[in-house]
Amino acid sequence: MQLIAAFINRAIMQGTPLLFGATGEIVTEKSGNLNLGIPGIMYIGAISGVIGAFFYENSGYFIPAVGIMIALLSCLIGSLLASLIYCFLTITLRANQNVTGLALTTFGVGFGNFFGGSLIKVTKSEVPYLSLSDTGNAFSATLPFAKSLGWFGKMFFSYGFLVYVAIVFAVLASLFLNKTRMGLHLRAVGENPATADAAGINVSRYKYFATCAGGMIAGLGGLYFIMDYMGGIWANDGFGDRGWLAIAIVIFAIWRPALAIPASYLFGALYILFNYLPLPMPMIPILQMLPYVITIVALVITSIRKKRENQPPASLGLSYFREER
Amino acid sequence: MNKEQQFAATPEKKQHVQWIHITKRDNISFQKGLLIRAIAILAALVVCAIITVVFTGSNPISVYGTMFKGAFGKGRFLVTIHNLSILLCISLAVTPAFRMRFWNIGAEGQALIGGLATAIVMFNLHSKAPLWVLIPLMLISALVAGAIWGVIPAIFKAFWKTNETLFTLMMNYVAIQLVEYFLKIADKNGSNSVGPYLLGDGIPNLFGVQYLFNILVVVVLTGLLYVYLKYSKHGYEISVVGESENTARYVGINVKKVIIRTMILSGLLCGLTGFLIVGGASHAISSNSVGGQGFTAIMVSWLGKFNPLYMILTALLIVFMGRGADEISTIFGLTKSFSDIITGIILFFIIGCEFFIRYQIHFNHRKKMTEEKEEA
Repeated sequence: MQLIAAFINRAIMQGTPLLFGATGEIVTEKSGNLNLGIPGIMYIGAISGVIGAFFYENSGYFIPAVGIMIALLSCLIGSLLASLIYCFLTITLRANQNVTGLALTTFGVGFGNFFGGSLIKVTKSEVPYLSLSDTGNAFSATLPFAKSLGWFGKMFFSYGFLVYVAIVFAVLASLFLNKTRMGLHLRAVGENPATADAAGINVSRYKYFATCAGGMIAGLGGLYFIMDYMGGIWANDGFGDRGWLAIAIVIFAIWRPALAIPASYLFGALYILFNYLPLPMPMIPILQMLPYVITIVALVITSIRKKRENQPPASLGLSYFREER
Repeated sequence: MNKEQQFAATPEKKQHVQWIHITKRDNISFQKGLLIRAIAILAALVVCAIITVVFTGSNPISVYGTMFKGAFGKGRFLVTIHNLSILLCISLAVTPAFRMRFWNIGAEGQALIGGLATAIVMFNLHSKAPLWVLIPLMLISALVAGAIWGVIPAIFKAFWKTNETLFTLMMNYVAIQLVEYFLKIADKNGSNSVGPYLLGDGIPNLFGVQYLFNILVVVVLTGLLYVYLKYSKHGYEISVVGESENTARYVGINVKKVIIRTMILSGLLCGLTGFLIVGGASHAISSNSVGGQGFTAIMVSWLGKFNPLYMILTALLIVFMGRGADEISTIFGLTKSFSDIITGIILFFIIGCEFFIRYQIHFNHRKKMTEEKEEA
């Protein structure tokens, strides 16, 4: 039981950045914007939070609650600015979404590693990473009674607050998309912007709103990974390809935030499964290939079955110009 | 007239004045398009210079001097040209698919799997077979591997309309993990790259010049692809399918066949790039062998308007900025990722400027509008 509890615990912690990224990307894609810049935005969100926390920690005194607020705020601002670059280029200037997104990912990963690397140099540390243990501890603080509840506490209560925030966001996004009028409008914009426009919906405003909100949610995923999962340690390229996994989850969860919750934890579990199985070394990459393979299978199955409610938003990846029919 | 004045007088019926009116341009003269792009690149260079100056504290002219030296200085030129030809090769590979509006963003994986096939052949045969057997075998296996990686998403796209962007994206990571698997089998020490000591020496230098083989292959390929896309029946069919699948079907083009055939070609050329990288240059393979160039290629191809000749220029710009920024980061002790930031900024500007080429902006001045009204 202890081992299973520990495994589930790690899987959920691995899945949380993916859940943030996937929720953000779903909200974005529902507006018809295929934001392939999400991996970059997650890097930018993470490093912005790190920069904020770095200056606060070096200012002399440290109050955990303030540290959390500063890291959160700078993370949100960073990812908002990055999303605005994408919005401006694809919505206002109607640039190609794939190209813009990939450029943003190049930029974002470079941005993260550049400032991360520069901060490491500033601290003149001998190890190739930057440690913000105070903020890290503040982020990963768990409920006080978690330890006393044994395996039950470990499975459900032994996480930093962002793990629960991720779940709340996914549920809220699901409610927003399916139960509110604004959510309906947003989906209309993603399915057929011309019709939405004719119905009096401000297409650009919805696209901007969804892409920026989605980017900010995704940015929190990057921050969670550094502050909670890594305990406040930034290492260059440490975030890895999790951004792309988040995009994979969007497909696997057939564009539903509620389904993204179990999907993220499943992918998180697959990510760390090799630690718990007695596998020969060469088999580890095969295991890590699984998330992508099952995503492909899910994509193929949804497209062959052609169930209308399981399709990607119909105008996904296309920019909208009113006078172009 | 009377009615109109009444409307203007009532405050609730405030007339909505659009300050900016955007229309699509029918066509733009070549010079004007060039001018807009030149302005965008210039603006990008200025922004990059400002950023560089902020981080290095040296004056902008010397910054670009350093960059130029980094890219074209003594001993650098050949490497720059080689980097250019590899990036160009993979950009050429994705171009036929893009002209068909098939968003193949899996070039990274297709090239990597081609490189992997090359490496497997080298690993098993380099000490057993003579070069004239080995090299064709490497080439063929790379081409086949790349084509397979490219055609799988194409088949699903052709028959079931499976989203190709997401499919090809996922295939990249399958390819990366396959390379990791090979590395773990080939090298028992668990290193993350396998080099010439296990793979042999690959393609020898032509006339004693390093990389010459690769460069020549890409030069020939650029010409061939230009002709194929512009003057062949296949190229024409690709363009028609890209413009409108319905039109293509109506004029009797077999759309499924064109999609599959074009993606085989695209994958084939990606595989060729992998062959050039592993067999012709590094003689080593790691999961980072293609190094993100599969993604950069998408931008090169798009910025070059899917025209192989323009793509030489866009690839050159990106390679120059990358090499130059690398030089700056070494000299001034910045982190290597500096070049990614610079490349990103340049890309943003060029992506943005396409808008001014495709659309025309009219500014409506309030004065003018009231004058027009009075005239009416």
